[in-house]
Amino acid sequence: MQIARETLLRSYRAMRTIRMFEERLHVEFATGEIPGFVHLYCGEEASAVGVCANLTDNDTIASTHRGHGHCIAKGVGVAGMMAEIYGRSTGVCRGKGGSMHIADLSCGMLGANGIVGGGPPLICGAALSHKTLGDGAVAVAFYGDGASNEGTTLESLNLASVWQLPAVFVVEDNGYGEATAASYACAGTQRARAAAFGMPYIECDGSDYFAVHQAAGEAIAHARGGNGPAMLHVHLTRWYGHFEGDAMTYRAPNEVAEARRDHDCLRLFRERVTQAGLFEGSALDEVDAAVADEIESAVLRAKDDPLPQAPDLMADVYVRY
Amino acid sequence: MSKKSFRQAINEALRQEMRRDPTVILMGEDVAGGRGGSAGVTDAWGGVLGVTKGLYEEFGATRVLDTPITEASYIGAAAGAAVTGLRPVAELMFVDFVGCCLDQIMNQAAKFRYMFGGKARTPLVIRAMYGAGFNAAAQHSQALYPLFTHIPGLKVVIPSSPYEAKGLLISAIRDDDPVIFLENKVMYDEEEEVPDEAYTIPFGEANLTREGDDVTIVAFGRMVGFANQAADRLEKKGISCTVIDPRTTSPLDRDTILECVADTGRLVIVDESSPRCNMATDIAALVAEEAFDTLRAPIRRVVPPHTPVPFATVLESLYMPSVEKIEAAVTATMNHRVVEKV
Ligand SMILES: Cc1ncc(C[n+]2csc(CCOP(=O)(O)OP(=O)(O)O)c2C)c(N)n1
Ligand SMILES: [Mg+2]
Repeated sequence: MQIARETLLRSYRAMRTIRMFEERLHVEFATGEIPGFVHLYCGEEASAVGVCANLTDNDTIASTHRGHGHCIAKGVGVAGMMAEIYGRSTGVCRGKGGSMHIADLSCGMLGANGIVGGGPPLICGAALSHKTLGDGAVAVAFYGDGASNEGTTLESLNLASVWQLPAVFVVEDNGYGEATAASYACAGTQRARAAAFGMPYIECDGSDYFAVHQAAGEAIAHARGGNGPAMLHVHLTRWYGHFEGDAMTYRAPNEVAEARRDHDCLRLFRERVTQAGLFEGSALDEVDAAVADEIESAVLRAKDDPLPQAPDLMADVYVRY
Repeated sequence: MSKKSFRQAINEALRQEMRRDPTVILMGEDVAGGRGGSAGVTDAWGGVLGVTKGLYEEFGATRVLDTPITEASYIGAAAGAAVTGLRPVAELMFVDFVGCCLDQIMNQAAKFRYMFGGKARTPLVIRAMYGAGFNAAAQHSQALYPLFTHIPGLKVVIPSSPYEAKGLLISAIRDDDPVIFLENKVMYDEEEEVPDEAYTIPFGEANLTREGDDVTIVAFGRMVGFANQAADRLEKKGISCTVIDPRTTSPLDRDTILECVADTGRLVIVDESSPRCNMATDIAALVAEEAFDTLRAPIRRVVPPHTPVPFATVLESLYMPSVEKIEAAVTATMNHRVVEKV
C-alpha cells in the first residue's frame, strides 16, 4: 500500500515528538522536579504512530500507564501534556491526573490508565457506541504483554467477538511486564488467544513503521468493515526502565544497546524514505529542529505555568451534585 | 534489638515466619522479579519497592511465586490454597488494584467459614500498599481500609510504625482468618528499634501512644505519627491529648476508645480514607451511641474531602489530613462551649 507523503511526514514528526518528549522527561525526572510515576515509551514510537496513522479523530483509543506515545500519536497537544505531567492547571487534565491519566476525549483519546487491563473493556464500550451510533468509527485498545494476562483483557476479547464489535486489540509486546519476562508470564501465544476467541490475528515488527502501518491498516479495515474485532501483535523493545528509577537488573546489558543500534524506528524510517528518494535528509532535519523547539518551549512553559488552586480540589467530582 | 525500617521489619516478619512454618508461601507480581529476563537474574526486584527482597534467594521458587499480572486469579488462588492447607501471603501491590479481584476476597475468602457452617479455616494474608502523599494520583493513592472493614469475615490491620508492622504481620500470618494487611507506602523508610526475634501483637487491642486529660485522638496508620506530632505541639499550649492507635479496624477495640472518651470528654478522629462511611464515621457512631453523656463537645473528624486523590502536589496536600489540621480540630473541640437551652 502506498502511504501519502503528508501522512509519512506527519508520522515522522509524531515519532520524533514522542522520542524527544520522552528523552526530555528522562532528563527532567532525574532533577526531581517531576512528581509521581513516569513510564517512558521510547523505542516503541512506531507502534502508536503506525496504528494511529490509520485512525481519525472520530476513532477511539484506550492507552496504558505507558501512555505518552499513544497520546501524541492520537493528536493530544504536547504543551498540555507536559503541563499535566508537571501538575499545572494548564495541563490537559488540569493537574488532576498526571502522567498516568492523560486523556483528551475531543480527539478520541480515552485515557492513559493506571490499572493494567483497564483499557480493553472500555474499548468494547467505545466500539459498541460506534456500532450503535453507526458513525463508522473503530475503537482500539493498546495494552502490554503483561496486560494480556488480565482477566479483563481476555473477557474483552470474548465480548468483542460475541458482539461483533468494531474493536482492534493491539498487544504491545515489549517482552516484559515490570521485571518479569513475557516468556515466563504469558502461557500459549497471542496468536492462539486470538484464534480461540474467533478473531483474525496479525503480527509485525514494531520497529518498522511501514510494517506496523500495513498490519494495523488490515486489522482496522477488518473491524471498520463490520467484520468484528481483530488482534494486532506488535513486537517491541522498551529502551528505558519499567518506570523512571528502575535499574533494570533483570535485563542483559546489551539488550537495550542492540535495540538502539539495530531497531531504532526513527533511524530505520529515515533510511527507508531517503533511500527511496521520498524525502531529503535535510527536510527531516528540519522536522527534528522544529520538534526540538516545540519540546523546549513545552517544558519552559510547563515549569512556569500556574499551579492549581484550592477550589480545583472540589471541582469536577460530578457533573452535578 | 536494632534500628529497622518499616520495610525491613516487614521483610523480617515474613522471613521468620517462613522459616518457622513451611506452609507459609508468598505470591505476587515481581515479589522476586526477573523471571525469564535476559539477565538471568532472579530476585531482581523483591517487590516493586523492595519489601520482599532476598526471600526468593532463601526460600526458592516453590515458596516465593511470581505471578502474571492477573490479580483475580492469584488472589483467588491464595484463598483456595489457604482453605486447603497452605498459609499464603499474597501481595496485591497497590490496594487500589483490589478493583480487579474483589470478588475473590469479598464473596469467597471472607465468607467461607460462615457459609460452610464453621467448617473452613482460611489463613490468608493479603498485603497491599495504601495512602496518598506520593503524587501517585487517583488510582494509586486510595486508603481503602473501610471497604474491607465493611465486610464480615475479614480482619483488617494497619500498622503505624516498624515495631507495629513486624508484630502485627506475624500475628496476621499465624491467624486462621483472612487478614488484609495495609502498608502506608510513604512509611517504608521510617526507622525505629525493632526486636530481632519474632513477637506478636494481638488484634483488637489498641495502643495508647500517649495519655492526656483533655482530648482523645483516634488515628490510623501513618496518621498516628501525625496525631503524636500534633499532640506535642498542643502540649506546649497546655492541651494534653490521649492518642489511640487501634492497630486493627476489624476487630476494633471499642472498649479502649470508649474508656478514653469517658476520661477526656472530647474526641477527634483522624482518618486518611474518603470521608463517607469511613473509620471516622464508624467510631463517631460508636461513641454517639455508647458514650453520648460523656461528651463535652461535638466529635470532630479530620478527613480528606469527598473527592478522588488529586495528582498535583498543591492539591494533594490540601486533600490530606495534616498535623496542622489535627491541631486545629483539637483546638476547636477545646473551644467549644455548651449553650444551655432556655
Ligand atoms: C491491575 C494492576 N496490576 C498491577 C499494576 C502494576 N503495574 C503497572 S505497569 C505493570 C506492568 C505492565 O506490563 P505490560 O502490560 O507488559 O506493559 P509495559 O509496562 O511493558 O508497557 C504492572 C504490573 C497495575 N498498575 N495495575
Ligand atoms: Mg510489556
